[in-house]
Amino acid sequence: MSALLSVENLDIRAAGRTLVSGVSFSIGAGERVGLIGESGSGKSLTALAVLGLLPDTMRVGGSIRLDGHQVIGARDRDLVPLRGVSIAAVFQEPITALDPLMRIGDQVGEVVRRRALRDGERPGKAEVRRRVLALLDRVALPEPERIARAYPHGVSGGQRQRAAIAMALACRPKLLIADEPTTALDVTTQAEVLKLLEGLVRDEGMGLLFISHDLPVVATIAERALVMRHGELIEAGLVGPLFQHPAHPYTQGLVAAARAFDKALETTL
Amino acid sequence: MTLLDLSGVSFGYTKTKPVLHGIDLTVTAGDNLGIVGESGSGKTTLLKLLIGLERVSTGAIAFRGNPLDTSDRAFMRGFRRSVQAVFQDPYSSLDPRQRVFDIIAEPLRSLKVDTDIAAAVMQALKDVDLPADAAVRYPHEFSGGQRQRIAIARAIVAKPDLIIADEVVSALDLTTRTRIIDLLRTLSERMTFIVVSHDIALVALLCERLVVLEKGRIVEQGATREILARPKHSYTQKLLASTPRMPGG
Repeated sequence: MSALLSVENLDIRAAGRTLVSGVSFSIGAGERVGLIGESGSGKSLTALAVLGLLPDTMRVGGSIRLDGHQVIGARDRDLVPLRGVSIAAVFQEPITALDPLMRIGDQVGEVVRRRALRDGERPGKAEVRRRVLALLDRVALPEPERIARAYPHGVSGGQRQRAAIAMALACRPKLLIADEPTTALDVTTQAEVLKLLEGLVRDEGMGLLFISHDLPVVATIAERALVMRHGELIEAGLVGPLFQHPAHPYTQGLVAAARAFDKALETTL
Repeated sequence: MTLLDLSGVSFGYTKTKPVLHGIDLTVTAGDNLGIVGESGSGKTTLLKLLIGLERVSTGAIAFRGNPLDTSDRAFMRGFRRSVQAVFQDPYSSLDPRQRVFDIIAEPLRSLKVDTDIAAAVMQALKDVDLPADAAVRYPHEFSGGQRQRIAIARAIVAKPDLIIADEVVSALDLTTRTRIIDLLRTLSERMTFIVVSHDIALVALLCERLVVLEKGRIVEQGATREILARPKHSYTQKLLASTPRMPGG
């Protein structure tokens, strides 16, 4: 079976500078992959390239095949049918990802309606509402009716991120891209959202590209991880062996730093 | 020696909605104190009270045995020299139009500290491992980690007894974070730190004592090692259980 996403020799350049070079990886259906890197490593640019959302000022080379379609060089109108059906994204900051002037239920409802149109359905108002409430319930939001009526500013950060996840789920994408989706959340909320995300991706059989600088977070959600630095992919492998025996000195440094934090918590008297 | 002492401190921005309830805590010189809590727990409000930016509604705060009276200007000048703060975002806490030298010299000038300003600034740069030529440059020329070093240099230049560090490493990458923590550890041999953070691992690395805040109340406090080994309150247990760990230790 061919991969759901296959990136080969991805190059991204802007203003004469190489931002990403020679990145190749693939994600199979239902596979959960972590993309690790520090700021400026090119991890978010890689995600945007996969979504076909890089600004026009950037020059992209190589190949990105998503669900059988070439993304690089494709016209926007050819990419639109892929978005939502093949791919959807959840970003770091839910307050900027949601429309502040629209009730959460209406925002999720818009996605539900558009997705239904693609399937040739025309659900009525009551049916859309029923599906929206089911989705809000699916992402473990308490009192779905109240949340659906609320505006983004009226709910907590964790609830906003769950609403954003509900919107991505409404698309039923084959691949979900999550770019630092829990970085802005408290640790206890982060733990809940990660658990939720993992369960949803597993149940729906979605592929996941989870982008984060936080190694333990990646370890909780991904089976396989890629490490990027200065725009290059320096190491890749199954999470267990990769974090147990990192080969590249940079990965070794990251793992050592993460372990130092763990060790600080493992105090025995 | 007791630096700060809070007894029965409550505070609310409005009269009807208190944010902090009955806070009792003591900061002793030489023992770094970590304040851990999630958003909305009241840690930032507590920090404002500690640096004299807000006044308590009820209860009292004493600094070296004297009541913290924000209207007593002479007392506050001494207080500000003894207590300095470093904040989360190194991009917004440094004036972009000032050279690093003037940024670091600011506390010495505004507090009218009688010292050789140039020598003190150079020493502060050295203490945070920044090169001397950093003094003539502007904040935008530095990386996030270097900017946080500049903010730390400004906090230590007047030789304070206590530094309040509010989420100082949360905006930084993992490797940079580790280096800044090393720096704070070195500095804490000379001064005491109050480290405010949602990150319990950071606090565990830096602080001998720990306070856990939930919904404006202290739910647990004591020696960090003891709390980590045997967390008593359910909220502390939840915080520890929620912190993601590396697989296969």
